[in-house]
Amino acid sequence: MKYKSQKVAYAYFIVAMGLFAIQVLGGLLAGWIYVAPNTLSELLPFNIIRMIHTNALIVWLLLGFFGAAYYLVPEESEREIYSVKLAYLQLIILVVGTLGAVASYLVGIHGGREFLEQPLWVKFGILVAAVIFLVNISLTVLAGRRTAITNVLLTGLWLLSLLWIFAFINPSNLSLDKMYWWFIVHLWVEGTWELVMASILAFLMLKLTGIDREVIEKWLYVIVATALFSGILGTGHHFYWIGLPEYWQWVGSIFSTLEVIPFFAMMSFAFIMVWKGRRNHPNKAALLWSLGSATVAFFGAGVWGFLHTLHGVNYYTHGTQVTAAHGHLAFYGAYVALNLAMFTYAMPVLRGRSPYNQVLNMCSFWLMTGGMAFMTFVLTFAGTIQTHMQRVVGDYFMDVQDQLEIFYIMRFGAGAAVVLGALLFIYSQLVPQREIVEPGNDAVVPESGQA
Amino acid sequence: MSEILTKSRARNIFYGGSLFFIVVFVAMTIHSHRYVVEKSTAGMPLTDAVKLGKEVWERHSCINCHTLHGEGAYFAPEVGNVMTRWGVLDDPEGAFEILDAWMKAQPSGTPGRRQMPHFEINEEEMRGLADFLRWADQTDTQNWPPNDAG
Ligand code: HEM
Ligand code: HEM
Ligand SMILES: [Fe+2]
Repeated sequence: MKYKSQKVAYAYFIVAMGLFAIQVLGGLLAGWIYVAPNTLSELLPFNIIRMIHTNALIVWLLLGFFGAAYYLVPEESEREIYSVKLAYLQLIILVVGTLGAVASYLVGIHGGREFLEQPLWVKFGILVAAVIFLVNISLTVLAGRRTAITNVLLTGLWLLSLLWIFAFINPSNLSLDKMYWWFIVHLWVEGTWELVMASILAFLMLKLTGIDREVIEKWLYVIVATALFSGILGTGHHFYWIGLPEYWQWVGSIFSTLEVIPFFAMMSFAFIMVWKGRRNHPNKAALLWSLGSATVAFFGAGVWGFLHTLHGVNYYTHGTQVTAAHGHLAFYGAYVALNLAMFTYAMPVLRGRSPYNQVLNMCSFWLMTGGMAFMTFVLTFAGTIQTHMQRVVGDYFMDVQDQLEIFYIMRFGAGAAVVLGALLFIYSQLVPQREIVEPGNDAVVPESGQA
Repeated sequence: MSEILTKSRARNIFYGGSLFFIVVFVAMTIHSHRYVVEKSTAGMPLTDAVKLGKEVWERHSCINCHTLHGEGAYFAPEVGNVMTRWGVLDDPEGAFEILDAWMKAQPSGTPGRRQMPHFEINEEEMRGLADFLRWADQTDTQNWPPNDAG
């Protein structure tokens, strides 16, 4: 660790991994209810479990981003974080908000807009935490060296926080409600979060491959330009059937097709940097996660996204298991794997050890990635059959679902592999194996000399 | 490419282009907002009962099992056209009665069948909920879903 205040990231990563465990266990339980529908049906119905599953996902990904920012900004700006106290205060607010939200879901108090079910006080807490974060990070960046990585990261984080305003806007007109809801959901994952993803990926490539900063930063601007040029109007792919004008069918189809470009570019970028790079960084697991993230993001978001994005296709697949298949692989590749790449890179440094336990970590990569890929395949099959029976033939929803049981059983199996992988990952990060004891001196950590 | 596209050019293209697309998007949003209010949802007034119904829908987080206009969870049937499926789209009283009976019969308890929870909903709220679902059903959704199965 070059700067003492980077240590803040450690606390963020720990909490994030805890919520990650809760998220996948919640998913597994939800998947089990598909197989054995009477499970917990009166005590803890499916909708509550699903809320915990999706909310835990979003919150831990955000915590990972915040932690990543606190880790990489000091190195980029070449100075300590403006206020370590504020950073911990922000974390405390977010933890209290998260625990409060889960507790209130369990007693049946929640909102009813998907992913935004948090009680109002929690939404305000998130807003306050975001403001603290932005102030803290911006003051750090403004006072130090300006780089493209921090520029893009900050632009992404500012814009995504601004979009949070729409969490408070809930028109009583359902179609308007839906339109503004997508301002958060779509413009996060297919806009602002891509900026965060690209800048973290650029940082990792810089550290892991030793490629010239100028080259990396130019790529970075090109990638994020294609992301926003396509992603903003690409929002139209959610505006086909919710009461909005017909022109969105063309605008949405064309621009969301172009959304494949940034994901393709990120994948190409990562591989080219690794091929051209001279540095042989010892943290092989971080490299595996970085390349894996860029690749799976291309398949999950790019390929599986394109699969159902044209309005002629979406007319039939809209709101089927095809959507669930895509949502899982896209989130996993782009944001879960990216966060895990950052954790894998930073944790050994934060804990003051050489990279350790690489084999377990890499096993967890293959377990999780294999599990998510298999889950995506079976849900895609289920969704294809569902689309045909329900949307083309016109069979009733519940009758169609009865025919899909085999796929849901396989999805549960895939989910079990993911849970195992996730627990293995957390174990490999936290439980010391062959610890290299150093005399409390940063200089011996391999990262320090480089950068 | 390296001479023509320098880092600072790439940065300017990013900021300038993004601003352009944001402006276009905001303009289209304003137009769409008007279109929703004046055209696509204008078939039935947005009464207090409909608003109450939407609150009830949200309070119980129905969206985390069902889809509504194709968005939500995929665990339970589409409800954006349920009033059409039940044949009560233009019959407020009938819509209330059939919905009320349905909700009171849950959970079915049938082994091996997905269960819908029991919700405490009073008569005024139930009428609102029925109106809300009829209101949603009359929205012009560009002919989606393809058939009554939803
Ligand atoms: C990492 C980036 C992405 C993530 C995390 C993501 C995630 C999701 C999720 C969770 C949903 C379901 C939302 C709901 O609950 O209704 C969804 C829907 C959708 N996504 Fe993505 N997505 C990404 C990128 C893309 C891209 C690049 C495309 C197009 C090429 C795309 C096309 C779609 C479409 C068309 C839908 C609507 C599906 C429907 O009609 O039911 N997505 N996405
Ligand atoms: C143990 C592994 C997992 C299992 C068994 C699982 C299962 C489920 C289930 C049953 C649902 C509800 C689908 C429905 O409404 O019918 C769901 C939704 C969702 N899960 Fe997972 N999940 C798992 C892991 C993950 C992971 C790792 C991610 C993130 C990468 C994720 C992201 C999501 C999202 C975004 C949704 C909402 C999808 C949408 O609205 O389209 N899940 N999951
Ligand atoms: Fe989208």
